[in-house]
Amino acid sequence: MKRILPLAAAALLVSCAAPLPVGERPKLSERDLDEVTAVLKRDFHERGQAKMERVELDEVQRLCNVHADNPPAEQARALEAKLLAAIPFPSGSLIGDWKAGEKIAQSGRGAMWSDKPGEAAGGSCYNCHELSPKTTSFGTIGPSLRGFGKLRGSTPEMQRYAYGKIWNAKAYNLCSQMPRLGHSKTLTEQQIKDLVALLLDPASPVNQ
Amino acid sequence: MRAVALLAAVALAGPAAAQSQFEKYQQMTAEGSPVELFEMEGEALWRKPQGPRNVSLEKCDLGKGPGVLQGAYAALPRYFADADRVMDAETRILHCMVALQGRSLAEASKRLFGNADNPSEMEYLTAYVAGHSRGVRMTPGTEHPKERAAFALGQKLFYHRAGAWDFSCTSCHGQENKRIRMSELPVLDRPEDARPIVATWPAYRVSNSQLKTMQWRINDCYRQMRMPEPNFGSEATIALNLFLTATGQGAAYNGPGTKR
Amino acid sequence: MAGPMKMRATLGNGFTDVRVLMTHPMSTEQQTKGQPHFIQNVTVKVNGKTVIEGEISQAVSRNPVFSFRLAGGAKGDKIEVSWLDNKGDTNKTEAAVA
Repeated sequence: MKRILPLAAAALLVSCAAPLPVGERPKLSERDLDEVTAVLKRDFHERGQAKMERVELDEVQRLCNVHADNPPAEQARALEAKLLAAIPFPSGSLIGDWKAGEKIAQSGRGAMWSDKPGEAAGGSCYNCHELSPKTTSFGTIGPSLRGFGKLRGSTPEMQRYAYGKIWNAKAYNLCSQMPRLGHSKTLTEQQIKDLVALLLDPASPVNQ
Repeated sequence: MRAVALLAAVALAGPAAAQSQFEKYQQMTAEGSPVELFEMEGEALWRKPQGPRNVSLEKCDLGKGPGVLQGAYAALPRYFADADRVMDAETRILHCMVALQGRSLAEASKRLFGNADNPSEMEYLTAYVAGHSRGVRMTPGTEHPKERAAFALGQKLFYHRAGAWDFSCTSCHGQENKRIRMSELPVLDRPEDARPIVATWPAYRVSNSQLKTMQWRINDCYRQMRMPEPNFGSEATIALNLFLTATGQGAAYNGPGTKR
Repeated sequence: MAGPMKMRATLGNGFTDVRVLMTHPMSTEQQTKGQPHFIQNVTVKVNGKTVIEGEISQAVSRNPVFSFRLAGGAKGDKIEVSWLDNKGDTNKTEAAVA
């Protein structure tokens, strides 16, 4: 018996590996990102408009990934300024047609492999935001935008802010969960103007 | 049949009195779920001789020994020495189609995701296999070095933002009490949220009358994440599945489930 | 279109609970642009004697499930449920009360 005991204890040790780090968020290094990107290249394939180039990380994605969406303030500010300067703001009024904007906000289509390339995309806005009081099935990942223009007015500065935020949300908050709808070529200039109208036009249901 | 339907409604209302509206809805969808039909069809396919060798899948080893179905699904994903890799239920079934029945991988994986009019062989079989784990505690493989590597990779994938819209799994499943439209979103790196989810896949979705596998779930998440398409049964999908299942381990398996 | 059916009949105190699952597309006029395909008649027999003759419509969802309670019953009673759809297809299943 004396001889068997230590053996049994050893066997127990071998079979009980340390528990997995369940529920803990790992800190991802640049090397981890490269490893994951290599796995995605190996294990994914292009389909329709979803090409393989989409697995390549850009500067924003890299910085947000290695800092779990909480990058050092200085680095974030510098990159935000660079992105802001790259937004191609159209000249003149940025307010389009809120009725067209409402349709764009409702549609969750666009940029998926199941979407026809070239067909007008939507902004998926209601998936995450409350907008018109008529739509009660809104998501809550983003803040409520009810009364957005009523509260802020529709000055040229506000138009520019709304347009820029939709074109590239990351220029205002680097690791925002909001997609870069203009930068990613999901929405066109006119579509973004229509969404700006949905937010700012006093006649828009958002501001009723 | 009108009287019949009324009777059914009365029978349901009785014990449901003290439940929340949501639980009531869940119970009613479960009572009306045709998921057993998928299990029946799956059983017929499991026993049907097929492929160049004209044999059934009855000798398929899902991790508990050849032909043992009881509790097998609840112990997946896990490492399989004969394939020297971690596999989930769907990947293992595919492996058996090739190794036992002599089918080519291309032929066996021609149609892995079906539709309402014509569900796939894989969907039927997965429902049948999973049905033999009802009530069994979920214990995916977490000790073999390849299982541990898969968990670590799955975890990295879970938090990895990429693609045209900069999404990771946490974009939807990373914060408490959030919704997309009216769908409540579980925070899948929290064990208490992951448990009821991993315990109910595969699942029949009443909104489109289809039985869906976990491989499909991961595939469709990546579609909505605006990413390219993951290969069925690839290391990445299994790593993610193992990460989710290990996070929810310990739950009593309660599927095939019924979902919205 | 005679996919599988499944039925369970359990004896309670003075009644029998029956749950039956049917495979059927149950497609509507609207979905099919005028070529609906749905179960019209459902018949329930106990030991060969018809106890329910029901009609259902396109409004019932795909792969319908019905639960109902029959008065009385005894262990071993033979329950038979059959359906007939608008294209003349039919299917039936049998179970003994347990």
